[in-house]
Amino acid sequence: MSGRAQAPERGSADPRRTLAPPERRRVRVSANEALGAYRVLKLADPDGPAPAPGQFSMLAAVDRWGAGEDERPHLARAFSVARVSAGEAHYLLEDVGPGTRRLCELSAGDGVWTLGPLGRGFEPPAAGQRALLVGGGVGIAPLAILQDALEGLYALPGRRSEEVPAARRATVLLGFRDRDRAAGAGLLRGARVASDDGSVGHAGHVTELLERELARAGHSIVYACGPAAMLEAVRALCEREGIPAQLALEAGMACGFGACYGCVVSRRDGSYARVCLDGPVLDAAELAAIDEHAGAPA
Amino acid sequence: MSVRFCGLSLAHPVINGSGTFDALAGQRAFGERVLHERFPFSAYVSKTITLKPRRGNPPPRLWEAAGGLINSIGLPNKGLAAYLEEDLPALARLPVPLITNVMGSDAAQIAQLVGACDERPEIAALELNMSCPNVRTGLDIGADPAQLLAVVGQVRPCTAKPLIVKLTPNTADVTACALAAQGGGADAVSLINTLRALALSPRARGEATAPDGQVPRRWLGGGSGGLSGPAIRSVALAQVAAVAERVQIAVIGMGGVQNGAHARELLDVGATLVAVGTESFRDPAAGLRIARELEV
Repeated sequence: MSGRAQAPERGSADPRRTLAPPERRRVRVSANEALGAYRVLKLADPDGPAPAPGQFSMLAAVDRWGAGEDERPHLARAFSVARVSAGEAHYLLEDVGPGTRRLCELSAGDGVWTLGPLGRGFEPPAAGQRALLVGGGVGIAPLAILQDALEGLYALPGRRSEEVPAARRATVLLGFRDRDRAAGAGLLRGARVASDDGSVGHAGHVTELLERELARAGHSIVYACGPAAMLEAVRALCEREGIPAQLALEAGMACGFGACYGCVVSRRDGSYARVCLDGPVLDAAELAAIDEHAGAPA
Repeated sequence: MSVRFCGLSLAHPVINGSGTFDALAGQRAFGERVLHERFPFSAYVSKTITLKPRRGNPPPRLWEAAGGLINSIGLPNKGLAAYLEEDLPALARLPVPLITNVMGSDAAQIAQLVGACDERPEIAALELNMSCPNVRTGLDIGADPAQLLAVVGQVRPCTAKPLIVKLTPNTADVTACALAAQGGGADAVSLINTLRALALSPRARGEATAPDGQVPRRWLGGGSGGLSGPAIRSVALAQVAAVAERVQIAVIGMGGVQNGAHARELLDVGATLVAVGTESFRDPAAGLRIARELEV
């Protein structure tokens, strides 16, 4: 299989969705760096299509993918693109199961299968809208590339220049379980931090910071990614305050491109949305209450 | 490596298992032109279509098992009328023949589905998903040879298109089921569907055993599910070999195929076509790669 990316299709009507080549591509790890409790996995992918902020990739190690604990992993794992810089795609990883564990232990030069960019990313704020970024845990990843785009450090693919709002600083609120994880806040610039154990910043939930921030007014759109309970709190809060919100959801996936129908979430109208194809970024107004069922060990 | 199958001329012997590749979703993710230029299968099998729309099972729908995947998707689909009106025009643009998979809970329902599809020239062949429980007995229609023979016999006159019967492996004697499908007039059988499987929710950290008197919680929203992937490959090979030895009609073999060597084994024991399923989840181009590996 070729390691070279095929040219993506031109004229995709949706700037929130850069089309992926229809095959997994073999790339190499350029670095795997510790960031507190997390790892930042950097993949050399100079020929890869530029993702829209909020899109994700399916990743699997080329070697020793399988035959781990319980003969797993078998399927690739979904990760939001955290940043694209100098021909490298960055991903934020936390070791929570056999797949993430294998990816966390990779070294520079190791091979990785990547399929992407997949899904539908964030709609950038309209001119004059002030953005508020809210993240929790390893879910802060897609907010980093969004912040890069908002501050003019990452060119939004598929947008005419007049569609891209002038570079501006967004307010960033991030929540973590403890001090080790709170080090992940270094992925973004100028974040205000909350920690569950009170070891860093505000003692409590990031949604308490959000509530205060919304009371101050002037913010007009919320972008959030994190655990289901946090997203549900953000969704309910924004609904109450009448503020639009875009939520990047996480779900167990088998394929990442709409084939398996495994990653559904409930819409308000009673239908299911596929997180991988209709999302992962969905308008909060479209969603029913976000269920919290413990994620399968990934 | 072109191949004849039930009167259809296919570019190679690799197709998809029903419900494991969504061509319309693929058009959205990869773009229609690129997907069609490098379409991974020599024929496209649709997801299962039912008379009425189905929402599918509540999540979670997936569990990664040892060497495979347990799914409990619940056959979500928009129903026959919307499939014919909305999806068929787009599926007709695919560069390969379209096989429509249908499921009903009795012969009358299946006959209605098959009859409606028979009128559409965009559909090259039909596959019957026989893993539907009989509402009276609770057993899968396809698990009981006598019932299978009767249902296929009643449905057969509804179409002149090739009729494929997808067999369930969750039965005492898959060869008897295959012979029943043949006796009812099927042009081909496809096997194996997923093996019935169960996944329990992982226990919380530090919790050694399930508390006394409590039923362990099932992980999948639909209760039990179906196992696929390399974990079932040897079972698939045994069942395909047993069936191909006894029937005179064509056989589509599937179950855990990941590469050309696996596909070759199914062809060697008598399959005419091989279907790829779970491996496509790991790589959407898997079908094309396996077809190329078969050529050498």
